[in-house]
Amino acid sequence: MSSSANIKAIEAGQIWSFPGGIHPPERKELSNQAPIAEMPIADNYIVPIKQHSGAAGEISVAVGDRVLRGQPLTKSGVSMGLPVHAPTSGTVTAIGPGRIAHPSGMADIVIRIAADGHDEAIAHTGLTDYEQVARADLLERIRAAGIAGLGGAGFPTAQKLALQRPIDYLIINGVECEPYISADDRLMREHAKTILDGAKILLHLADAKKGLVAVEDNKPEAIAALKEALADYPQFSLRVVPTKYPSGGEKQLIQLLTGRQVPSRGLPIDIGLLMQNVGTAYAVSRAIRDGEPLTQRVVTVTGEAVRRPGNYWVRIGTPVAEVLREAGFERQSEEQRIIMGGPMMGFTLPDTDVPVVKITNCLLLPSVSELAPAQQEMPCIRCGACADVCPAQLLPQQLQWLAKAKDYDGLEQQNLFDCIECGACAYVCPSEIPLVHYYRKAKAEVRNMAREKAKAEIARERFEARQERLEREKEERLERHRKAAEARKKAQAEQVNSGGDNPQDAVQAAIARAKARKAAQQKAAAEQATNEATNEGKNEANDGENNA
Amino acid sequence: MTFKLAASPHSHQRRTTQQVMRWVYMALIPGLLALIYFFGWGVIWQLGLAIITAWVAEAACMSLRGRPIGFAWRDHTALVTAILLAISIPGLAPWWLIVIGTAFAVIVVKHVYGGVGQNIFNPAMAGYVLLLISFPVQMTSWPLPQQISQFELSFLDSASVIFTGFTPAGYNLEQLRMGADGLTMATPLDSLRTALNHQLTVGEALQQPIFGDLAGLGWQWVNLAFLLGGLVLLKQRIISWHIPGGMLLGLMVPATLAWMFAPDQSVSPVMHLLSGATMLGAFFIATDPVTAATSNRGRLYFGLLIGFIVFAIRTWGGYPDAVAFAVLLANMTVPVIDKYTQPVAYGHGGRS
Repeated sequence: MSSSANIKAIEAGQIWSFPGGIHPPERKELSNQAPIAEMPIADNYIVPIKQHSGAAGEISVAVGDRVLRGQPLTKSGVSMGLPVHAPTSGTVTAIGPGRIAHPSGMADIVIRIAADGHDEAIAHTGLTDYEQVARADLLERIRAAGIAGLGGAGFPTAQKLALQRPIDYLIINGVECEPYISADDRLMREHAKTILDGAKILLHLADAKKGLVAVEDNKPEAIAALKEALADYPQFSLRVVPTKYPSGGEKQLIQLLTGRQVPSRGLPIDIGLLMQNVGTAYAVSRAIRDGEPLTQRVVTVTGEAVRRPGNYWVRIGTPVAEVLREAGFERQSEEQRIIMGGPMMGFTLPDTDVPVVKITNCLLLPSVSELAPAQQEMPCIRCGACADVCPAQLLPQQLQWLAKAKDYDGLEQQNLFDCIECGACAYVCPSEIPLVHYYRKAKAEVRNMAREKAKAEIARERFEARQERLEREKEERLERHRKAAEARKKAQAEQVNSGGDNPQDAVQAAIARAKARKAAQQKAAAEQATNEATNEGKNEANDGENNA
Repeated sequence: MTFKLAASPHSHQRRTTQQVMRWVYMALIPGLLALIYFFGWGVIWQLGLAIITAWVAEAACMSLRGRPIGFAWRDHTALVTAILLAISIPGLAPWWLIVIGTAFAVIVVKHVYGGVGQNIFNPAMAGYVLLLISFPVQMTSWPLPQQISQFELSFLDSASVIFTGFTPAGYNLEQLRMGADGLTMATPLDSLRTALNHQLTVGEALQQPIFGDLAGLGWQWVNLAFLLGGLVLLKQRIISWHIPGGMLLGLMVPATLAWMFAPDQSVSPVMHLLSGATMLGAFFIATDPVTAATSNRGRLYFGLLIGFIVFAIRTWGGYPDAVAFAVLLANMTVPVIDKYTQPVAYGHGGRS
């Protein structure tokens, strides 16, 4: 399809489709009934210094410092860096390693804050007319507010906007296809105007003319709210997409709305598109209009193991235990899981001491009957159900065999790195093979190998460079000696020519003297031998003579 | 307080391999009933023998391989192999035939290659071919449809034939297979082929009493019953249309062409579709996922290839029916088909 025909089709509101996908039970009604509630101020907060994809900033507070809500705790200095902010007013009690929300349960540097209960905020001012402000200043404000993609990836928003490339459409993603989660749904229902305001700011920053707001058709209330608000935002048009998992995945949504595909290992901007989540748009509006940094987000707390499921404004850094207490969590069994994120792509937490971070959109506490724990893995029967549901058009069963066989070339050939880890394959697998787990492991191994290879390559280059240098130095040294010798010879020749003593003569004379001395010694020795043969008795005298 | 850790996704669609296999053998019931109705109770005995052999063989292999036995039994794949083989062979065949075939299928074709999911060849069909080339007489001695047979065999009479070779009244299998004219009768496809070889036209050959309105008497209904079961599997999304569709198309297109150009010397497309193991093969045998191609496009080619080979062997080959050979030959081509039918992954230049 030519580019202009494609644009025309997009303008006409065409919705394309993507292959595969699944329809797991949505279970959104569990949490989307009530408005977003405020979570009370907790006693203690744990703020990991790195909550986005990129490097952590330098810590700018010390233990004992009093901090205010919204006060930056780290600097944004480095490239891809993003500051974190104090979630409430209080005192920094500790800075050090602590467990963070990560699939591996790993530790990172966290800043612990004891709240003082006043919830005093740092002074901040917004911009009334942001269009008069330089683009770089606006981006710096977004960066200073600590905004990262709130949809899950956590990519610094300012960084994404900094790439100045022509953009056909800015896409605002309100699809929220993952079962159970309704944080974006509630946000759209209650703050459609703020979201669109943020979207308009993003549109301005991306230097794009048009935007699309995408919502899945299982959110009629959010659609109605957006429709009403969109009357004031003619730059944006609403796109309602059919409910199917994973239609909210960046690549899938792009395919749905534009019929385009992000090139493998490329970015949406390569095909003239930019995507931001509705939560991010909301945060951008708050940061620009009110100067408010990102200190809270909407978190869906749901599952049959909580008595008060719903959506909450949760301060970033709130320990999960606090959130669960507020939502009325009761452990159901030994098999109880705490899932951060949704049932398809979320990860389990080992305990409740980890904090809510910028990318935490959901805490799911399922009962055992609700989401039965995985059964024993059975052998693959190559039924192909996985390939039928793969939105990336991969062959998951082939990938699985290759991953188990550690056939990295085969994995490359089967495009392992185009897997978006949506989990649709593992969801339908009749043998309950944890396919995504195998892919993640294989990806990590491939990355490690690439790293090792790069390291080995660097080491080899350095070794070769050293060898070359030594060789070169040796050559240079020899050359220097040769030149010096030549110069000496030349100097001598000049000396002789100019009538002076030839140093060579002196050497010759010395050699002649040495030869004469040697000859005399030999002669004496020969005489002595003759004397010994004729007269043994003269030994002593001879000894004396020898000694002399 | 620690909590259980698990890899995502945490949600699973509850359809296990066992359930898939259960659907497969439930869908075989209409065909099985038709077989009993037309060809007698023998098939039930064959089923019993096959299932027991398969379970024993599976248990023996698993214990030799040091694996839990219950684990293999639970997936029901050996059960399906046994059932497919049992309904593929003549109902009154001697007991050792099915025992040898099933044991070979489970032990050599499945477990020697590494058990479920690892075998290259369809176990039931490899077992069938082993029997066909080793014991051609027993394997082609199909009983006459009961409607034209002079004998009526009870459930126990069938057992007697299978285990001793004789009915309680003393008739042997050869005698049981004689028609009213005193001639032993072959299967419809076999008779037709013999007739064509004797320069008879198809029209003349079809005058024989073993033919019905559409195809072979009895066989046409057996095939339609398997088709019904196959449609249930399609509806339940246990199988996709690609393999059965491909196979039926691969058989029908050349058959139709041949029939259009030489109607007197060619078997009609309907006859092809409703004879021998066509429907059983298309919906239940070729669709064995383990030995089929992996992508949907690959599966379509795989099916087309089977259909065409069936046509070729039935028309020019040495055997009247050819589903087993066609499936095994197509099994061999699977790696090549897979290599050339890998779908274009997202972001690799394909169009949506």
